[in-house]
Amino acid sequence: MENKLIHRMNVNGNLAVLDVNSGAVHLIDQMVYDMLGVFDGENDSQVLEALQDKYDKAEMEEVLEDLHGLKEQGLLFSPEFDVPGTFAEEPILKSLCLHVAHDCNLRCGYCFAGTGDFGGKRELMTAETGRKAVDFAIAGSKQRHNLEIDLFGGEPLMNFGVVKEIINYARKREKEANKNIKLTLTTNGTLLNDENIKFLNDNRVMLVLSLDGGKKMHDDMRPFPNKCGSYDAAVRGFKKVIDSRKGRNYYLRGTYTHFSRNFADETLEMLKVGRLISMEPVVGTTEPYVLTEEDLPVLYKEYDKLAAAYLDLRHKGESFDFFHFNVALDNGPCVAKRLAGCGAGHEYYAITPEGDIYPCHQFVGREQYKMGTLDTGVERKDLVKKFRNTHVMTKDACRQCWARFFCSGGCHANADLINGDITIPYEYGCKLQRKRLECAIVLQAILTDEAQAGEEDLRPVIDNFKFQVDGEKK
Amino acid sequence: MAKHIKTVNKAMLNKTLRTGGCGECPASCQSACKTSCTVGNQVCEHSK
Repeated sequence: MENKLIHRMNVNGNLAVLDVNSGAVHLIDQMVYDMLGVFDGENDSQVLEALQDKYDKAEMEEVLEDLHGLKEQGLLFSPEFDVPGTFAEEPILKSLCLHVAHDCNLRCGYCFAGTGDFGGKRELMTAETGRKAVDFAIAGSKQRHNLEIDLFGGEPLMNFGVVKEIINYARKREKEANKNIKLTLTTNGTLLNDENIKFLNDNRVMLVLSLDGGKKMHDDMRPFPNKCGSYDAAVRGFKKVIDSRKGRNYYLRGTYTHFSRNFADETLEMLKVGRLISMEPVVGTTEPYVLTEEDLPVLYKEYDKLAAAYLDLRHKGESFDFFHFNVALDNGPCVAKRLAGCGAGHEYYAITPEGDIYPCHQFVGREQYKMGTLDTGVERKDLVKKFRNTHVMTKDACRQCWARFFCSGGCHANADLINGDITIPYEYGCKLQRKRLECAIVLQAILTDEAQAGEEDLRPVIDNFKFQVDGEKK
Repeated sequence: MAKHIKTVNKAMLNKTLRTGGCGECPASCQSACKTSCTVGNQVCEHSK
């Protein structure tokens, strides 16, 4: 059993160890891997005894000396720490999700939004509510310069006139208030056309494009109301918009389910449309598409398969980005950010078409989480405090988990959906999160090692979803 | 050391206990439809 201050990983035979509290990563061989299964930073004799039949004693002693050296340098067995003073008690708003359309022109089988209406009536946000939300975001962000506004649905392009008004207003107000507003729009692609593409490009709007693997997988889950699949219409729009922005400033994102658990090949199918990809597990309770315990070993293998393809294609000069493999080993966020996590309910809110405020887009429709309105502001200060203080150092399960500073505690909405309590993480999601993090850390360690050895630097550029413009430095 | 162990990065996490917290980095939603970004998928805005 390894010591809880470290975590060993094996991805397709590539071995590594993470120092949990410092973030240091080391590529290791089998002998070190085995020794770290016993070593706790002090028990040298126990290690030598446990592995005496497997490895040469003198060689193990040499490695132990190296391991002690790493410990002294703060790169292994780094001690745990407490919540730092930089994690401010009073949160400041940084991100809003505007539900510009509680309506959708698709009827996706797994839609958490109740096929667009979020369990309520089909409704579109007015421009007035949208402008109020922009003002709310700017006022709430106080001295913070960077601010994010997501245009979300349902399908936001069903309300494109209002989307335009909101974006024009946001671009005007950001200048007046000396802010930098990052805009993102999530779309199913079927309504993309020359007019809206030009507007979204001109206004530097990042795009999240919903695509589930290849045609069959996509069509099975993402049909129009007449039950015809939406793949052809979606891909027509996606190719046009990706081409128009020179292959940048978007992510294709898909959802895999119990019915598409062999998702690695499906993910690679998406390369026919674009090279910036995210593919995620579906979340549900009793629906037939929900992932099962029996699916887990299959899913683990799929992540390994995808990791192998990721590395192979990079080495062949045919790189693609898989969002969850983008882990910054050197310059990741500070501890305060890692505690703040997703920010739902304290730094991040969702606004409904009626102007109601919820902790995030997933909570919309769960009435006990309604936090206020754009007219009243955030009234549920108790909820703000609760979300702010529900982090990896206060949640029992997270305190024990090696991945806590990478995932930051998982999704509150999923914890509430599955366990009825935001302080108890959704364990199935944690298992998948840990697996994809292991893949990510090992992949980036390999690429870093190659770059340090003087080979071509094939690491992905992690740019915090910043809109890239020609001639601008990344 | 190179024989058995190759250190690929420097410790950075516990170095930020007294610094950071400026909040200029993006939100990191982990739920559906937003690419499920985690803090692990981000960099510090000051390090870019």
